Amino acid sequence: MFKKITYSFIASFLALNSFAQNKSGEIHGNFDLNMQSYLEDEIIGAEAADEIILNNAYLNINYTKGDFSTGLRYESYLNALLDFDDDYKGNGVPFRYAAYSMGGLEVTAGNYYEQIGSGLIFRSYENKGLGHDNSMDGIRLKYNPLKGVYLKSFIGKSRTYFTYADGIIRGADYEINVNEALFLKSKTRIIIGQGLVSRFQADNNPKFKLPQNVAAYSSRLNIINGGWNYSGEYAIKLNDPVGSLTTEENNYANGSALMSSLTYSKRGFGIVTEMHRINHMDFRSERAQEKQYIINYIPTLSKQHAYTLLALYPCATQTEGEFGAQVDVFYKIKKGNLLGGKYGTKIIFNLSRINALNGGNSYLNDNMEHTPMFISIKEEELYFKDLNIEIHKKINKKLRASGILAIQSYNKDVLEGKTPGTYGVVESTIAIADVSYKIKKGHTLRIELQELFADGGEGSWSMGLVEYTISPHWFFTAQDMYNWGNYEMSKQLHYVNINCGFLKGTNRIEIGYGKKRAGIFCVGGVCKEVPSSNGFSLTISSSF
Amino acid sequence: MKKLFLSLFATILFSTIIFAQIRTLPSIDVKTLDGGSINITELENNGQPIVISFWATWCKPCKKELNTIAEVYEDWQDETGVKLVAISIDESRSMAKVSPYVNASDWDYEVYLDPNGDLKRAMGVSAVPHTFLLDSKKEIVWQHKGYVDGDEDELLEQIKKLAD
Repeated sequence: MFKKITYSFIASFLALNSFAQNKSGEIHGNFDLNMQSYLEDEIIGAEAADEIILNNAYLNINYTKGDFSTGLRYESYLNALLDFDDDYKGNGVPFRYAAYSMGGLEVTAGNYYEQIGSGLIFRSYENKGLGHDNSMDGIRLKYNPLKGVYLKSFIGKSRTYFTYADGIIRGADYEINVNEALFLKSKTRIIIGQGLVSRFQADNNPKFKLPQNVAAYSSRLNIINGGWNYSGEYAIKLNDPVGSLTTEENNYANGSALMSSLTYSKRGFGIVTEMHRINHMDFRSERAQEKQYIINYIPTLSKQHAYTLLALYPCATQTEGEFGAQVDVFYKIKKGNLLGGKYGTKIIFNLSRINALNGGNSYLNDNMEHTPMFISIKEEELYFKDLNIEIHKKINKKLRASGILAIQSYNKDVLEGKTPGTYGVVESTIAIADVSYKIKKGHTLRIELQELFADGGEGSWSMGLVEYTISPHWFFTAQDMYNWGNYEMSKQLHYVNINCGFLKGTNRIEIGYGKKRAGIFCVGGVCKEVPSSNGFSLTISSSF
Repeated sequence: MKKLFLSLFATILFSTIIFAQIRTLPSIDVKTLDGGSINITELENNGQPIVISFWATWCKPCKKELNTIAEVYEDWQDETGVKLVAISIDESRSMAKVSPYVNASDWDYEVYLDPNGDLKRAMGVSAVPHTFLLDSKKEIVWQHKGYVDGDEDELLEQIKKLAD
């Protein structure tokens, strides 16, 4: 494989000279470094690292000339930060590619990221903060033969840490923008698409007859008319014994996923309604592997919160089975009246609710014919619920304020994979105030106060944050999270963090010191469990 | 083989590093809010400056930046002819919220979607917000990471420099 890639690389490099481009090539990239020291802190349960300092760093380099591009990423884990899996070890160039496009055909050899539809059957992507990277290594073709017609196909192996999984992944997808393809002048726009992904992995199992080729396919539809937008996607995964192998039993149940959204918006107002139903829809690059091998993506059906205590108990999709619905409303009260004030007022409402599938999922039932009730809400076990409302208001030229109220239910046993009945459901009520005040040109003081009153889990929390920023170069923040309501007196602790950053040009440097609590951290729809820590940190982000 | 690859890469790198000072937009497709797609190199503003701002519906400072500029955007346009293009990096989890949020917020920006981060990676954006300023030849002349209150003043100064 590697040989192949190198040859195609050379070929594309040679082809480069024949491109009639007067422009010279360009080289750009970016560099990120995260360094953290780990001190022992018995009180919060933080362990010291043997290395004292751990370090993750990435350097991306991209070269482009006309329609040709190539690039690589150097990754360094010496050793990986404690909240990363320690399989990220050492240095390497796990990402390199070459690509060119001509006459509507785009060819990529080497590593690439790709997604089919919403990702229900396939998505390879990276999130450095969460230590997630399942880039593909292989060949990808994209072709745009006619206006409004998009075809793509790919083959490759999926990355896990510094290696590639056993399975060979093949995929194909088309998308047709009906209006563009048929030159329709209709006000209603229709986009349709279908994708297919198949994994090959040899059957070396003496006991079971395992399917060597496992397929998943999906169809999607998007209809847009004026302010209305409907989007739906349905996916099926066939006879995949992933993760269900034991010595005596196996399971070949199919999986399925449906997601659907309807939105409407006009100036000053927007509403989003979404639902999804997921049944045994994990798809992995290798049979019976850990979650690091997942190659599809089921979007979590809850709001992604930015405030710490709102995200203390985050929702995570249960790919084995769940049913959920979500509504968002965005409204801007016009300026000039009593509620709107001089600048207008923004109100954002969000409600999401996720529960178990009726009768369990097809996998648990060990029966391909198992057909639970399609939609069932009331009688099922609650996984997650979040009702929240935000108000944002500019009061005068110097003062801005936001307030948020939320009520959340978090099924800790299910969402964190614990034994049923261990923790139960954590019920919490959260209130947040965020005020920023402009002291003088470029100088702003911002204060955040957060309260979480909880029944269950670690009990109640308070948090305060003070931030002073001097545009465009400096920022300073100090925050304290206090678990005053912990049921164990000895765990009623403060977690103090101090950060200071400097920005100039394309460089950003941040140093910090503080204690982090152990918990679940989620960014971009992926979550990881991180240990508590105490120490200094240095973050550098730079681009060229 | 790995060595061959790396030395080849190094050759390309060093043979071009001497001319590689200007910076143009990479040829990457992004999605439009009405289901179409556009290559980012096709952005047009009749030779006037363009601001490209990467944001997401879940990113507080991003929304603060774009909402703050929205209040003065008309003045900026009158004064400098600038156009702001907001690239949302929302994934399929929150992509459906982009258009309603933009409409409800009364933004007059051109908004595009980059759901799997293709443009983000090609432009070296590792965190949002990240703002780029393009001159009349659509070459990137200035960029800024993050947003704190008041950063919009520096952006306007940079735009004015181009408009002069």
